[in-house]
Amino acid sequence: MGRNDRPEISAPPEIFYNEDEARKYSENSRVVSIQTQLTERALELLALPDDGEPKLLLDLGCGSGLSGEALTERGHVWLGLDISKAMLDVAAEREVEGDLCLHDLGHGLPIRPGTVDGAISISAVQWLCNADTSKNDPRKRLRRFFETLYACLAKGARAVLQVYPANTEQAAMMTNAAMRAGFSGGLVVDFPHSTRAKKYFLVLMVGGTAALPQARGMDGGEPEDEEDEVYVGHRKTKRRKHGHGDKDSKRDWIVRKKQQQRTRGYTNIKPDSKYTGRKRKDRF
Amino acid sequence: MKLLTHNMLQCHIKGVKNGYPLKIEAEKVEEREQDYEPDFLRHIFPRINWDALREGAAAMGIDDLPESASEELLEDDEFLKKFHHALLEVHLEEGALVCPETGRKFPVSDGIPNLLLQEDEC
Ligand SMILES: C[S@@+](CC[C@H](N)C(=O)[O-])C[C@H]1O[C@@H](n2cnc3c(N)ncnc32)[C@H](O)[C@@H]1O
Repeated sequence: MGRNDRPEISAPPEIFYNEDEARKYSENSRVVSIQTQLTERALELLALPDDGEPKLLLDLGCGSGLSGEALTERGHVWLGLDISKAMLDVAAEREVEGDLCLHDLGHGLPIRPGTVDGAISISAVQWLCNADTSKNDPRKRLRRFFETLYACLAKGARAVLQVYPANTEQAAMMTNAAMRAGFSGGLVVDFPHSTRAKKYFLVLMVGGTAALPQARGMDGGEPEDEEDEVYVGHRKTKRRKHGHGDKDSKRDWIVRKKQQQRTRGYTNIKPDSKYTGRKRKDRF
Repeated sequence: MKLLTHNMLQCHIKGVKNGYPLKIEAEKVEEREQDYEPDFLRHIFPRINWDALREGAAAMGIDDLPESASEELLEDDEFLKKFHHALLEVHLEEGALVCPETGRKFPVSDGIPNLLLQEDEC
């Protein structure tokens, strides 16, 4: 499945991942190998204690269990949650080791606090950025998701979410929602200079001050692209100056910000008009 | 669905305070052999709510778990085997999980609990 025809915009996930798609997905050897590699990288970033002891993990948006099988391979016990019945049915048919639950991540995790050693999610969480129906508000869904994820992790545990953000706004939207829920960490972008190999991992930590792990494929150089690193939580975000005439007029800036808010799922943003950004008359 | 999963699940309906443990209504239970891993059992034991495990096991027809359990028992092989069996080898295939506060039923079919909520529940 090419990533240019983003499935996220075609239909809600439980509709998109129907029986046909679920079967195609799980039988495609390229998909299998990519999902396995992504899971192995996520496990590496999860940095579980190296004691050979099996751990209890969550697989969020587990689908047909391709990511889960890579966890089993490493000896871990996992619980998978997914919104698509068809995907879970394929997982059950393939007799994966993990337990499966039909669940919408945007409703918040139904997991008791402090119970899991870690969580991974492979190619799923960007779905939460979509307003599939008029009722679902992406910001609210992301908030519920990250707050409950934070709560269910045991002390010192991490969550590593591999995502396909549609644009930088979505990357920031997910990262910000995570930080607001109390996580530290941020985005690790592997192979940032390659269109094909570039991969986003949201590495989330509960408490602690551990540094963000090294991205792969940096060629020894420093990440310079604005797009490559979104630091949040520590106010390291590079803030662009505005309102000083040169490139950006104040009105342009406001219009751009409003557009950004709309794409982030805010629904109460006033339409742009000739009054937008105009200086108001003094009221005396 | 294993009792390990049952032990972790709680009702996530908005406003529910006592959504744990979910009550098991068992219609079909299956037993499947699972690799015995004492290391995992010892690791996970402190996070298991013992009363919930016992209750869940009883609902699935397993009643050889001691009334209470402490860390010392983790050296006892016989105990570990019972714990292993209840936690990982008994599966709820058909039935329901019921929220103790609201009575809301989450159906379980083909071993998969359906935890989807209505919009007004979240
Ligand atoms: C590309 S598949 C990846 C599946 C699996 N992680 C793997 O690596 O093979 C994305 C999965 O995310 C699931 N998903 C999307 N939105 C979801 C939501 N709101 N709640 C739960 N699962 C969701 C889809 O149903 C689908 O199975």
